[in-house]
Amino acid sequence: MGGEQIGKFSECNWKRPGKSEFGGNKLGETIAEKVFSRKVGKPVRPGEYVVAPIDCAMLHEAFALSWMQLMSAGVSEIWDPQKVVVLFDHYIPAPTERLAAAQMMIRNIIQSAGVAHYYGEREGICHQVMMEKGHARPGALIVGTDSHTCTYGALGAAGTGIGTTEMAYVLARGELWFMVPPTIRFILEGHLPERVASKDVILHIAGKYGTEVAQYKSIEFVGDGAEALSVESRMTISNMAVEIGAKFGFFNADKKTLAYLKGRGDASSTPLAADADAQYEATYEVDQSGLEPQVACPHSVGNVKSIGEVKGTSIHQALLGSCTNGRFEDLQAAAEILKRGTVPPFVRLYVYPASREVYVKAMEAGLLKIFSEAGAVICNPTCGPCFGAHTGLLAPGEVCISSTNRNFKGRMGSANAEVYLGSPATVAASALKGAITDPREV
Amino acid sequence: MDYLKITGPAWTFGNNVDTDQITPGHYMDLPIEEMSKHVFEPIAPEFVSDFKAGGIIVGGSNFGCGSSRETAPDALKFLGVAAIVAESFARIFFRNAIAIGLPVLVCPGIASAVSMGDELEVDFEAARVTNLSTKKQFQATPLHHIMVESLKKGGIMKMLADT
Repeated sequence: MGGEQIGKFSECNWKRPGKSEFGGNKLGETIAEKVFSRKVGKPVRPGEYVVAPIDCAMLHEAFALSWMQLMSAGVSEIWDPQKVVVLFDHYIPAPTERLAAAQMMIRNIIQSAGVAHYYGEREGICHQVMMEKGHARPGALIVGTDSHTCTYGALGAAGTGIGTTEMAYVLARGELWFMVPPTIRFILEGHLPERVASKDVILHIAGKYGTEVAQYKSIEFVGDGAEALSVESRMTISNMAVEIGAKFGFFNADKKTLAYLKGRGDASSTPLAADADAQYEATYEVDQSGLEPQVACPHSVGNVKSIGEVKGTSIHQALLGSCTNGRFEDLQAAAEILKRGTVPPFVRLYVYPASREVYVKAMEAGLLKIFSEAGAVICNPTCGPCFGAHTGLLAPGEVCISSTNRNFKGRMGSANAEVYLGSPATVAASALKGAITDPREV
Repeated sequence: MDYLKITGPAWTFGNNVDTDQITPGHYMDLPIEEMSKHVFEPIAPEFVSDFKAGGIIVGGSNFGCGSSRETAPDALKFLGVAAIVAESFARIFFRNAIAIGLPVLVCPGIASAVSMGDELEVDFEAARVTNLSTKKQFQATPLHHIMVESLKKGGIMKMLADT
């Protein structure tokens, strides 16, 4: 119920035909509506406010803040330690004594609170770990203390970011209020051309439709182009759903989703998609087959241009990785390009794999060797540079091309630095040339 | 608090004010007394020294977009921001503000109708914003009653502690 406008959809006509599994009139449901009606045990409509039980709560270092709030409210027990995941990723390894002390405090609390799923600093960036370890499953309602919790929509999970105070409430009660969001739909058509990636798709959408097109809404990415995308590629798009305002960024949970989840976690998963007669507030069509590499220019994710308009812009740093584009296929796409040359001496390339699993797989596939020999510095999985906290920050006047998700002013160090966002292939090609480069031309 | 109505001078901002601009990432681990000295540093470095407690921030569209960091509304509240009114908010910022008891209201048409320093009256229960300097009135989007309750109590943790 928080950020959502109310009353806005009262003029919409939501009459839909059919019989309900709950006994009333069955209305065709979007994925978001299905999730909330299952959670509250009755049909729900967009714009309605519900209090829903939470399937899983994910906390990174923000755990410390939520816990202090719990203590001050006189609550000393977590509602269900089996449904809580805690790990460290924003400040790994601890860059200051203060943060080391905060992490020590969290470790001590975790042991006494009995949190069932604690991954510490060793597994990687929270969203990647949530998916790899099988916590994010189709239809699950998941909240996390991070705006990119919407990444889990790639697996059909209703993941969304909340703040530390609301998380404290969730830890105490196991439930939270929500506005059932209206849903918009992006129909992705056709196959991506060579060296054009799902990152280019979501940047294209942010550029064309703006960073508020999905404000307070749920998105479904559907169509033959969505089906054709790998699960990893879908994760990049869902990850950036929040950059266009979305509460959720769903793909249908299909055969590929179930294959990805096989062997991850104990719970079973079933396919999930909207009903054929579900109602959408808006539908947009995106032709993937004609897409060129896209770049978001400073200082907005919506300031998107085709590669041809920005190529040649000199860079000081290239950053590959993060929860947006630090998966195996991302590193593989970059390695394909980086094996053709060396990063010039006055350009730096930093690589941040999204997780330990990705790191090991990249090592076994020889990708880390390619990066290292190309002159890259390979770092551990962390959020550090992406949000300007530590490692890989920019000096005043410097320019970076990055595969991360935000290029806000001051986001990656100096407020007088510039961050361009692009795909892993664009980052790799640009690193080799020392200037923003079309990956199709290397 | 019986009735939620706030009066104060306007501090105007543009569209897409993000939470990295409100509390930049490299100050986020500092105590709030220190962190709040850097509020709006990338876009309005003079804000912290000029702002006086009781002021009302008026934003354009998508106020508070980006990171879910609660330090953003926290630091604004710490500096004494009495309320924020905007064309639209990013949803996580909006939720966080309600959760910590910082009054926020969506008010279409407000950004272009308010100048820096105008005296505003924000009536959260009637969902109405009045620019006392220009005598113009604007209909805002009503808050759900649970949000109003959270704001009156000073945040959801106070609600939790009371039950």
